[in-house]
Amino acid sequence: MPTLVSHPDEVKVISRRFGQGAADIDKYIELDGYKAVQKAIAEGPDWIINTMKASGLRGRGGAGFPTGMKWSFVPKQSEKPKYVLVNGDESEPGTCKDHVIFLHDPHAVIEGTMIAGLAIGSKMGFIYLRGEYRYLLKIMEKAVADAYAKGFLGKNIFGSGIDFDIVTQSGAGAYEVGEESALMESLEGKRGVPRIKPPFPAVVGLYGGPTVINNAETIASAPHILLMGGEEYAKIGSERNGGTRLFGISGHVERPGVYELPMGYNLKKAIYDVAGGIKDGKKLKAVVPGGSSCPVLLPEEIDVGLDFDQMGKAGTMLGSGGIVVLDETVSIVEFALRTIAFYQHESCGWCIPCREGTDWIKKTLTRVYNGGGSKKDVANVQYLAENMMGRTFCPLGDAAAMPTLGFVKKFRKEFEDYIEGHKAGTPIITVEQLVGAH
Amino acid sequence: MSTITNSIFSPETAARFDRLVTLYPVKRSALVPMLLYAQDEVGYVSDAVVTEIAERLDLLELDVRNVLSYYSMLRTKPAGKYNVQVCTNISCMLRGGYEILDHCKHKLGIGHKEVTADKVFSLEEVECIGACCWAPAMQVNYDFHDNLTTVKVDEILATYRAGQGKDVK
Repeated sequence: MPTLVSHPDEVKVISRRFGQGAADIDKYIELDGYKAVQKAIAEGPDWIINTMKASGLRGRGGAGFPTGMKWSFVPKQSEKPKYVLVNGDESEPGTCKDHVIFLHDPHAVIEGTMIAGLAIGSKMGFIYLRGEYRYLLKIMEKAVADAYAKGFLGKNIFGSGIDFDIVTQSGAGAYEVGEESALMESLEGKRGVPRIKPPFPAVVGLYGGPTVINNAETIASAPHILLMGGEEYAKIGSERNGGTRLFGISGHVERPGVYELPMGYNLKKAIYDVAGGIKDGKKLKAVVPGGSSCPVLLPEEIDVGLDFDQMGKAGTMLGSGGIVVLDETVSIVEFALRTIAFYQHESCGWCIPCREGTDWIKKTLTRVYNGGGSKKDVANVQYLAENMMGRTFCPLGDAAAMPTLGFVKKFRKEFEDYIEGHKAGTPIITVEQLVGAH
Repeated sequence: MSTITNSIFSPETAARFDRLVTLYPVKRSALVPMLLYAQDEVGYVSDAVVTEIAERLDLLELDVRNVLSYYSMLRTKPAGKYNVQVCTNISCMLRGGYEILDHCKHKLGIGHKEVTADKVFSLEEVECIGACCWAPAMQVNYDFHDNLTTVKVDEILATYRAGQGKDVK
C-alpha cells in the first residue's frame, strides 16, 4: 500500500482529503464533496469554463494544455452524443500520482467528470484505468455505485433535469493507450493505436462524438477549483501555470513519495528539502524531471521552477510530474538502454520511425553496453533519435527520442569512455535479463 | 440468465458479461475488459474464450485475436496460480528491482514468463506498474507489494504458497 508523505512546503488542494477515508461517500460529502457539482449546475456551463480558464489549470497528463480552453473547443451543438473521458492509464515510468488519487479520493474523479460533462453538455463519462490498477478500479467501481445509490449519478442529477452516467473501464496493459486517441481506440474495443489528427477529439472523438479527454489529476482538480474560485487557484501557482501539482519523487532520494507542491516550486528544493536529499549521502548525478520521456538534467541545471514554461526553457519538460533522481553510482549508458528498452517494448508499431527507431537504438545501445560498441555508435544513436522526432502520429516516438538525445548529448563522454572500456557507474542489468524480457 | 447457451464461464461471470455489453453505446467496447476478466477466471485466454467472446460481441474470432495480441497483460498460455510480476523499470531499477527479479528467479527456479513445475507460481518481468515512489515493487495476482527487500519477497512468496496471499481479481 502506498505510504503517504508530508512536507511543510506542500500546499494541499487536490491531496487535502488524502488519508481521511474519503473513498467513503459519506466522508467525502462531509469534506465538501459533491458541493462543486451542485454549484456547477446552478451557475451553468459558461461559468464553469470561465472559472477553469481563470484557474490557469493545464493538463496534468504531461502536455500542459489549458483545460478550460480544451473544454471550450467542444461544439455546443452536436448531432452525435458528447463524451467525457478520464485518462487513468497512468503508465509513464516514474509516475504514480493518479494511483494515490484513485486510492484516496475516488469521488473527486467522479465529481470532476460530472463537472466536465456539465461544461460541455455531455451525458456520459468514462473513467479508464490501466489494467494493472485492478484494486483501484474496484475502489472506483464502488465509488460510482455509491454515487448512483445516492442519486448523484443517473437520471435528473441533483434535481437539475440533467442526466449523467459514468462507466468505469479497465485496460489490459499497454503504455501506448495513455495517448488520447489510442485510449479511445482501446475503449472502442480495438488495438490501442493512435488516430491521425486532425480531427481532434473535441470535434471527433469517442464513437465519433465530440469528446473531452483529460488526465485523472486534471479532472480531480476541477471540483476544488470551482469551490475556491479560478483566480484563487491560479494565485497558488506561477505565471501561466495555475495551482498545484502532485509530484512523484522517486529513485535515489531519502524520502520518495507523492508531494503536492505549487506550480513553479524549485526543483532543487523539491529534491533536497522535500524529498530529503540524495539517498545515503551520495552525490547527485542526474535528474529525469517529468517521467522517463523527459530529457535529463545535470546537477547544475536543476535550480529551475517546476512549471511547464520554466522546464521548457531549461530544455526539458514538466511532463507527468514524475521526478526520477539518479545518484553518482548510476551508469548512464545502462539507464539510457533501460529507458529505450521500455519504449521499444511499448511502441505499437503503427509508425515506422518509432517502431524501427526504438529497435535500432536499443540494439545499438545493447551492443555498447555489452562492450562491443564503436565510437560511431553514439553518433548513430543520435542520428536515429533525431530522425524519429516529429515523424510519428503520436508522441511515443518523441517520448523515446527525447530522453535518448538528452543522454547522448549531455553524457557523450561517458558513452565514449564506456566504449573504450572505462565504465562509469555500477552495472545492474545482466545481458541475459535484457534479452529475456524485451 | 445468460444470453449465451452453454457458456464456458461461471454463472457469475456470464451474468457480469451479459451486463457489461449493455453499458456502452457500442457492444465491442466491452472487449478489452472482457478478455481480462475471462483470463482471470480461466487462467488464460483459451480458444474457447475467444470463441465465446466473439459470439457475445458479434465479432469475428479474428477481431478478438487481433485485439488480444496487442495487450501485454493478456496471455494465451496458462500462468501459475499466483503470477508474480516484478517491475524493473527506471524507478524500481534504481532501488533494486533487478535484485528482486533475480531473487525471485532463484527462489522459484524459473525465468521470465515461466511457470513452476507444481504450477503454483509464474514469474514475469514487467514494465512500470505505477508504484515508483514505493519502489522496488511487484504485483502478485494484481495485489501490489512495495518497498521490497529480498527478505520481504520471501515472506510474500511463503504467504502465497500457504494459500494465504491476497488475490484482488
